Amino acid sequence: MKGYTIMKARTMGRHLRESLKSLGRNSWMTFASVSAVTVTLLLVGVFIVIMMNLNQLADNLENDVEIKVITEPAADAEAVKILEKQVRETSGVSEVIHATKDEELDKMIKSFGDELNLYKQSNPLGDAFYVKAADPQKTAEVAEEIATYDNTDQVVYGEGKIEKLFNVLNMSRNIGMVLILALLFTAMFLISNTIRLTIVARGREIEIMKLVGATNSFVRIPFVLEGVWLGVLGAIIPMVVISVSYYELYSQWQPRLQNELFQLLNATPFILQVNGLLLFMGVFIGVWGSFMSVRKFLRA
Amino acid sequence: MIMMKDVYKKYPNGVVAANGINVEIARGEFVYVVGPSGAGKSTFIKMMYREESPTKGDIIINGINLATLRNKRVPYLRRQIGVVFQDFKLLPKLNVYENVAFALEVIEESPKQIRKKVNDVLALVGLTQKARMFPNELSGGEQQRVSIARSIVNVPKVVIADEPTGNLDPDTSWEIMKIFEQINARGTTIVMATHNKEIVNTIRHRVIVVDGGMITRDEYEGVYDYEG
Ligand SMILES: Nc1ncnc2c1ncn2[C@@H]1O[C@H](COP(=O)(O)OP(=O)(O)OP(=O)(O)O)[C@@H](O)[C@H]1O
Ligand SMILES: [Mg+2]
Repeated sequence: MKGYTIMKARTMGRHLRESLKSLGRNSWMTFASVSAVTVTLLLVGVFIVIMMNLNQLADNLENDVEIKVITEPAADAEAVKILEKQVRETSGVSEVIHATKDEELDKMIKSFGDELNLYKQSNPLGDAFYVKAADPQKTAEVAEEIATYDNTDQVVYGEGKIEKLFNVLNMSRNIGMVLILALLFTAMFLISNTIRLTIVARGREIEIMKLVGATNSFVRIPFVLEGVWLGVLGAIIPMVVISVSYYELYSQWQPRLQNELFQLLNATPFILQVNGLLLFMGVFIGVWGSFMSVRKFLRA
Repeated sequence: MIMMKDVYKKYPNGVVAANGINVEIARGEFVYVVGPSGAGKSTFIKMMYREESPTKGDIIINGINLATLRNKRVPYLRRQIGVVFQDFKLLPKLNVYENVAFALEVIEESPKQIRKKVNDVLALVGLTQKARMFPNELSGGEQQRVSIARSIVNVPKVVIADEPTGNLDPDTSWEIMKIFEQINARGTTIVMATHNKEIVNTIRHRVIVVDGGMITRDEYEGVYDYEG
């Protein structure tokens, strides 16, 4: 009995009834709060769908790049030959192209200009191997393995190629976050105001409850539940809209993307995950919104 | 039963409404608290059910020290105290029966116990016939009887009342007093703030006179000798 009690079914039923009654009583505020949650969660949903798919694209890009292995410039031809053999025999390697240090220098001169011609006297570069992993997902693993071999100077992959995408990704994520946070607070504020109206409307009832010895949690639970309903009601439309549209998008586009780098996330677990998240956020906004009012207006 | 020791109460606006109150009230006593308006009677009453906390001093009710009682435990204190007000504080959308039952529902009493206790107490205050009527269909005296029924339905050891007859005509006031006498006869301690001279001087009980936040007189079988 100390600290907590298991709630009786009868009490829970009473709280549920009270909270549902309040929704009807402030129908306009209920409508406004639910709409705010709906708009917020719709945006959250769209945002998540886009971000998650772009993230996966970034992953794919990262994995699809070749590995560049630069040998120790001091290594002699024999050592380079041994290294090449080692690289070719590394498990998971599908393709190795050998570029000599002279070919590498020519490439550099092409992109950076003739000033580099002076290096032709004594080439400071090492030979390079361009390695592709059989399974793009394993690129990082293969690179790590090769880096442990003797006479490797540098092992790099994905250089610069995905940075641009990440920049775009980060920026849109930040903008999206700010927008969503602002909407989140609007929704919470509206819910908190709806609950406040309920608390005011039920002032006499609350006063008597406290007078005759109802516990604080008994007094508060209906208001918290009301917040939960507002959040859940607000989550319904976004959940349905996101589910249906993603499913449509997926079944329309995925077949055409068969051999592309860009793949849509599989509909089945993804839609469920997004729905779970939206529902959770709805409940969270609701509970938080009502806590703000309950804390302020139902002081012990 | 009730003990106050050097109780001092200063409201945030600076008003001192209790200025060193020492009093002891035994189980089963009936006590009138009288005194001019603004004397601190309501404050005295409010401190007993922890609506207000004293700034200094101890208040012990039924073995519970209110000065050290944690906020979380206040509901359990209130379950041992019945409170009656001048303005009845009934819920207009609930009928007589529901208004009384409400007090038990919110402390999670079982439905069977609620039925039994509510019917008993409605019989005690003589409202069995009007159990299905709503507050706005009742006279002031009847409404106050509902409020008294609600305050005693959980069988508290103390009933405190702040001017319970303040809104009632003389005849009705006598009826209400009869009910308090009955409750007191069952062994319940009663503390009642009142301005009703006639009642205090006719139904003789202990009289505590409060003035300027202090007890200026405390007599068994006392009389009311204040104007106002
Ligand atoms: N919540 C409050 N905040 C500030 N001052 C208060 C508060 N309640 C009461 N007071 C002041 O404390 C003093 C005592 O008030 P209290 O209500 O206890 O008097 P009372 O004896 O009940 O008067 P009455 O007979 O008019 O009901 C008064 O001066 C009043 O103005
Ligand atoms: Mg008063």
